[in-house]
Amino acid sequence: MRSDPAEYELIAPGKLPSILSLLAQQPGQWLPIAGGTDVMVQFAAGKLAARRLVSIWNLPELRGIEIASDEIRIGAGCTYTNLREHEIIAREFQLLARAARWTGGIANQNRGTLGGNIVNASPAADSLPALLAYEAELILVSVRGERRVPYVGFHTDYKRMNLQPDELIRTICLRRNLSGYFHFARKVGARNAQAISKLCVAAVGRIEIGRVAGGRTANVVGDVRIALGSVAPTPLRLTEVERMVQGQSITPELLQSASRAAMASIQPIDDIRSTAKYRSAVAGNLVVEFLDQLCTSGTQRE
Amino acid sequence: MRDTFENGPKIDRSLGELSLCDLSLTVNGTARTVRVYPMQRLLDVLRNELGLTGTKEGCGEGECGSCAVLMNGELVNSCLIPALQAANSDLVTIEGFAGNPQFTALQSAFLECGGAQCGICTPGMILASQHLLTKNPEPTLDDIREALSGNLCRCTGYMQIFEAVARAAQLRSIV
Repeated sequence: MRSDPAEYELIAPGKLPSILSLLAQQPGQWLPIAGGTDVMVQFAAGKLAARRLVSIWNLPELRGIEIASDEIRIGAGCTYTNLREHEIIAREFQLLARAARWTGGIANQNRGTLGGNIVNASPAADSLPALLAYEAELILVSVRGERRVPYVGFHTDYKRMNLQPDELIRTICLRRNLSGYFHFARKVGARNAQAISKLCVAAVGRIEIGRVAGGRTANVVGDVRIALGSVAPTPLRLTEVERMVQGQSITPELLQSASRAAMASIQPIDDIRSTAKYRSAVAGNLVVEFLDQLCTSGTQRE
Repeated sequence: MRDTFENGPKIDRSLGELSLCDLSLTVNGTARTVRVYPMQRLLDVLRNELGLTGTKEGCGEGECGSCAVLMNGELVNSCLIPALQAANSDLVTIEGFAGNPQFTALQSAFLECGGAQCGICTPGMILASQHLLTKNPEPTLDDIREALSGNLCRCTGYMQIFEAVARAAQLRSIV
């Protein structure tokens, strides 16, 4: 059943302080809508529970990408197009630029926002594994002020997050401390565009010189961060796998163990896009592919 | 960047109906004002209030691109845009673009290459192609595929459309 626009209110105060006051005075009454690429799909399907919406599209305070020497700060209202076309994001945070390129099609990328992707909180959201791999921090804003929180742990369960009813995400902060890291991402889906992932991975890692058995030095895994989407109620960092591989030489045995550990860490389901069995197998394969390519990247740098 | 809505449409509650508003925007170069619900889809405003039926509905959920228009120069799916968010914007539909000299090369190329059969996807395909050629006058086949990845066609099998876009790029570079 289509929704009837006559039954909905949508206002656009146009200024962030006015909107925050509204959210504070009437918490839970007004649903923020940015680019609308998720909300309007629910509206079209007759599944939008909220009847009152407040537009946060194109608010100057939520746009813009600030570059500091140690971090970049991305306005939550930035679109996927803004992300993929930004020189520094494309160079230093490739996984986020790639996620933006892999989201929907061009028309969706021109409207969908990074903040919207976070708050819509689909476990299959394209940008979230990259935010986990980059250890992003979020700045949340309300009439009470701002607070800065790590993105990891922000999503607590399916579509649940540590966001107060009167809060908006204002900024996503990414530290520029990835010099020498190898970046890896795959989105597994039915086609190259306009596909929700069956599975997706974003991972970064470094190869370092370490000591192995027998006192030799060898290339070992240094810092590594592996994040998967579509395998649990929220995007997931594979901390068990990371612990297992850190400080180790990459050998066929390690790859096998990492694959098994990855499969044990996730809770995939059967749904309209894929099956738990397929997701499980592919998760193991993607972790192996990442570690294998990480190993090669370290060897090439010698 | 467009103005936000400080001077935006006034919400009229005097009718006893929920929030009809007077929406002002530029459509195909002409200033228009329409009286609509803020949550009316831009697609419906274009087709119903403005009589511009060149923009089509294929899926209603932003996946097929038949509803694509250019808003402030950016390709967007009008089925996903609430009318209020189009206030003060500069819209170009297929009807408006058809009057643009840049359209000629695309039209010739589509005819030459068989890029249209039933024509339902065609307005969206043309606007997506225009959006591409504006940013990238010499696209590769991969560039074309990506630029049109949000436009679905049930008739052609796509190759004729990609060839048409490549041909149009060629024609435009000759001028």
